[in-house]
Amino acid sequence: MSAAPLLTVRDLRVEFDTPEGAARAVSGVSLDVMPGECLAVVGESGSGKSQLFLACLGLTAGNGRVSGSARLLGQELVGLTERQLNACRGTQVAMVFQDPMNALTPHLRIGRQLTEGLTDRGLLDVSAARRRALEALIAVGLPDPESRLDQYPHELSGGQRQRVAIAMALVCGPSLLVADEPTTALDVTVQAQVLRVLRQSRERGLSIVMITHDLGVVAGLADRVAVMYAGRVVEMAPAQELFDAPAHPYTAALLASVPRIAGAQSDRLAAIDGQPPRPQDRLPGCRFAPRCLQARDVCRAVEPETMTTDARAVACHAPLRQGWPS
Amino acid sequence: MSAPLLEVSGLDVDFALGRGWSRARRLLHALRGVDLEVPDGRSVGIVGESGCGKSTLARTILGLQAPTRGAIRWRGWTVDPADRSRMRSMRRELQVVFQDPFGSLDPRMTAGDSVAEALEALEGVTEAKARVHRVAAALDEVGLDAGFADRYPHELSGGQCQRVAIARATVVRPRLLICDEAVSALDVSVQAQIVNLLGDLLRRHGTALLFISHNLAVVRHLCDEVVVLYLGRVVERAPREALFAAARHPYTRALIAAVPQPDPRLARPALEHADTPDTRPDATTSTGCAFAPRCPLAIERCSTEVPPLESAGAGHAVACHRWRELAAGS
Repeated sequence: MSAAPLLTVRDLRVEFDTPEGAARAVSGVSLDVMPGECLAVVGESGSGKSQLFLACLGLTAGNGRVSGSARLLGQELVGLTERQLNACRGTQVAMVFQDPMNALTPHLRIGRQLTEGLTDRGLLDVSAARRRALEALIAVGLPDPESRLDQYPHELSGGQRQRVAIAMALVCGPSLLVADEPTTALDVTVQAQVLRVLRQSRERGLSIVMITHDLGVVAGLADRVAVMYAGRVVEMAPAQELFDAPAHPYTAALLASVPRIAGAQSDRLAAIDGQPPRPQDRLPGCRFAPRCLQARDVCRAVEPETMTTDARAVACHAPLRQGWPS
Repeated sequence: MSAPLLEVSGLDVDFALGRGWSRARRLLHALRGVDLEVPDGRSVGIVGESGCGKSTLARTILGLQAPTRGAIRWRGWTVDPADRSRMRSMRRELQVVFQDPFGSLDPRMTAGDSVAEALEALEGVTEAKARVHRVAAALDEVGLDAGFADRYPHELSGGQCQRVAIARATVVRPRLLICDEAVSALDVSVQAQIVNLLGDLLRRHGTALLFISHNLAVVRHLCDEVVVLYLGRVVERAPREALFAAARHPYTRALIAAVPQPDPRLARPALEHADTPDTRPDATTSTGCAFAPRCPLAIERCSTEVPPLESAGAGHAVACHRWRELAAGS
């Protein structure tokens, strides 16, 4: 049984004009988000993970060009006008950003910010919208929700503001939430609370795309993981399988380089030498080849195709896991 | 036994809040009675959440913030900003690396000039040949080849900037390196490179380290001893193994439990006591244990009486009224 995907991205590309030529932030990404699942998109700074979903929501900066296709509930998002995009932002897909300090308007009360999406669209009248906003604050577990509605953002702590931002994203009932590093700016104890709110929302049927660089956060929340490197998805797998048996050497190296809070320790971490290519660099072969310990001649010459088995995909000439044709 | 390299005793730092005549009345106690020792050649980690005072502690040790009460001793000498020649020799032996790799370098100076400036200011090396040689050696030691000496910060990645900042701090061979969240802004794979680099430098030169971080996993990797701060007080201090295997303070336990682990099998939902109201108690008014309002084990005594820091084993100290019960139950 396989339901239709909620979001279907095919060969999406994002390029920016720079004085040094076109910078390819995203170069040909295809992925699906299924209803009710949490897909984690993992990568380092500059891997294109945020640009990919900003492009899906029509939020690419003015000097960027988006091509390819992103279909949400059957509707093509690439190339929509601002007016058409506004019709699906909030109600079908919503986004939560990293910085909870800047996500809220400082001079508007929390209640106003939560309800304006509902009232401006004419979905609900003011008092019904306020009730809905209250429910949303209760759902994200904010202590003392009723008095919060009349408070200003500066009266809340970082973790509380991030939960308000999540409530704001969910208040119009979107099917998909894109969370871009929602816990990176927060302390670990507060991060635990925000992750629990996201976990509970998913249990209520929300699909979540979790963009993060923190593999610990991924392990606690994701059903499937897409690993991005230099603008491409290099590996996609169910979370448990990815952590147990990574197929791409980059995934394996990334997992090995994380310092652990428990278990055995060695004097040195398994760092990945070198650094990712810049988006304006043109490499003929695999983009990870210069840093890859398994790289062969073919890796430096030919860009690897994405190979797919039932639940997994990997773009590598010499995948680490058995069972891949090589 | 000789004096430790760095000794902090009974350190209080207060900040005045409010304006005008009310200024003197409302104080924020950023640090309260902090004792700390860094022996020569050892690495000590300071952990805690935002606002616990860990950066204030670093700034006070560096002389960037005046202590309200208490003393800082460097090799047994009580630090006195009026004694300029001794301050100068202390600064040479005490270097710092900050969090923001771009913000800590002058954008108009090349990497080589930044390193050379430290050399000139602290060791008076002005001869061009000697300077070029020392700068190249320092950059080489942090894994940057000679070509990087002519680059400007904007031509470098975050990891490379942080390497330059480390080269600038280590070129004068300090006895103690203070790192304030020095790897927090870096990507995982680059963070691992910098953590390894710091570990190598410490081992090679026997430099002591004061490593301030909110990342417990990195602290576990680099530090011999760990000090946990909560709202300006030391709540637990222990050798690394003891802290991570048998933390005694409920706050330390909550902090360790809340770290998400990169393995779905271990990624159990964080323990209930990690999940706490995040309205912080007003640091200026609370009596008793500062953690009591968030603590799942708090009893009446916790809100009336400040728990003293008690010994809980070799090198292990904890400030909790109920640590013995907690230890017996674990």
